[in-house]
Amino acid sequence: MSKKVVRGIRKGFKDEVLSDHAEHGDFTVVVKPGKLADIVRYLHDDEEMCFEHFCDLTAVDWPDREERFEVVIHLHSIRHGHRIRIKTSVGADDPTVPSISGIYGGANWFEREAFDMYGVRFEGHPDLRRILLWEEFEGHPLRKDYPKQKRQCPIPLREQPPAQPEPFPERP
Amino acid sequence: MAVNSTQPAQGSWVVTQVEDAIAWARKFSLFQYPFVTACCAMEFMSTMGPMYDMARFGAEAPRWSPRQADLIWVVGTVTNRQAPILRRIYNQLAEPKWVMAFGTCASTGGFYDNYAVLQGIDKIIPVDVYIPGCPPRPEQVLDALMMLQDRIQREKSSRMRALKERP
Repeated sequence: MSKKVVRGIRKGFKDEVLSDHAEHGDFTVVVKPGKLADIVRYLHDDEEMCFEHFCDLTAVDWPDREERFEVVIHLHSIRHGHRIRIKTSVGADDPTVPSISGIYGGANWFEREAFDMYGVRFEGHPDLRRILLWEEFEGHPLRKDYPKQKRQCPIPLREQPPAQPEPFPERP
Repeated sequence: MAVNSTQPAQGSWVVTQVEDAIAWARKFSLFQYPFVTACCAMEFMSTMGPMYDMARFGAEAPRWSPRQADLIWVVGTVTNRQAPILRRIYNQLAEPKWVMAFGTCASTGGFYDNYAVLQGIDKIIPVDVYIPGCPPRPEQVLDALMMLQDRIQREKSSRMRALKERP
C-alpha cells in the first residue's frame, strides 16, 4: 500500500532519494537532508499522500558512519491508512537538517528532544532549546561518545555521609 | 521513659525528664510531607491505607506544605533536574525535621545508573533512614518508621538539629 508513497516521492524528488526498502510491510525512504522539509510538505499537502498524522521524530547515532547522525521521521495517513518512514543522515561537523515543525506543529518538541539528546540542529525551528535537560548541561547524553559514568547535577553535591553512620539501638 | 502504660488514677502523677517527654510527643505526632515522584507511591499508599494503618504510629496526617511538616518522605526516583526542587523543599521544612529515603532509587539511584538520575538523595540532603526495596513492602516501611521513632526518642531536643548539617 505504501509503495504508492515511495513511487510518489521518487517521482517528485528524483535527485533527493538515495534508496528505499521495506521491512515487514513498512516502507522506508532514505533521502538527502537538503530538501527534507519540501518532501515532508509534499507528503502533508498532496491529496494522494495526505499524511495528516505525525507519529515520531528521533535521531540515531552511528559512530562508525561518516554521516553520523540519522534523523528518522514516521508519518501516518489516517485517511488512506498508509505509513512511511523517512531517514536522512548528517555528518558530525555540521549536524543540521531542515525543521519540519512549520508543517507539523507536533514536531516542535520532538526536534527539541533530538537536539537535546544528540545535538542535531533543526534549521528553521522557532525555539530550539533543550527540553528535558537543563540549560547548563554539557554535552549530549545519547551520543555514543558521551561517557557512560559522567554525572552532572545543577546544584553542588554535599559531602558524602560517613561510611559508618551512627548505629540504631536494638529494639527490645 | 517512665510513663506507665496502665491508666493512672485521677490525681496521680508520673516522673520523667522534659527532653524525654518532648521526644516522646514528637515521635508520635509526625506530620509528613510526601515528596512522591515514582512508582514507590503505590506501596506508600498501601502503608497509609487501613490494612497497615500508619495512623497507629501517629503519622497519618500528610501536610501538603513543607512548612507544616516534620518528616519528608522521598518516594521514588529523583532526577538531577529534580534535585534543586528537592533541596529547596528540604530547606523549607521547619526544624526539627527528618528525611526518609523510600525505595532503592531514592536511596542510591537504583538501576537508573545513568546521566539523568541523582545517585541517591543523600548526595544533596542528609537522610535519617534508608528503606531498600523496589518497591519496599509496607512492613519494611513501618519498620523504618519505628527506627525513626527510636532515633527521635534518643535525640536531645535542646540540642536537636541546630548543630547538624544544613545544605
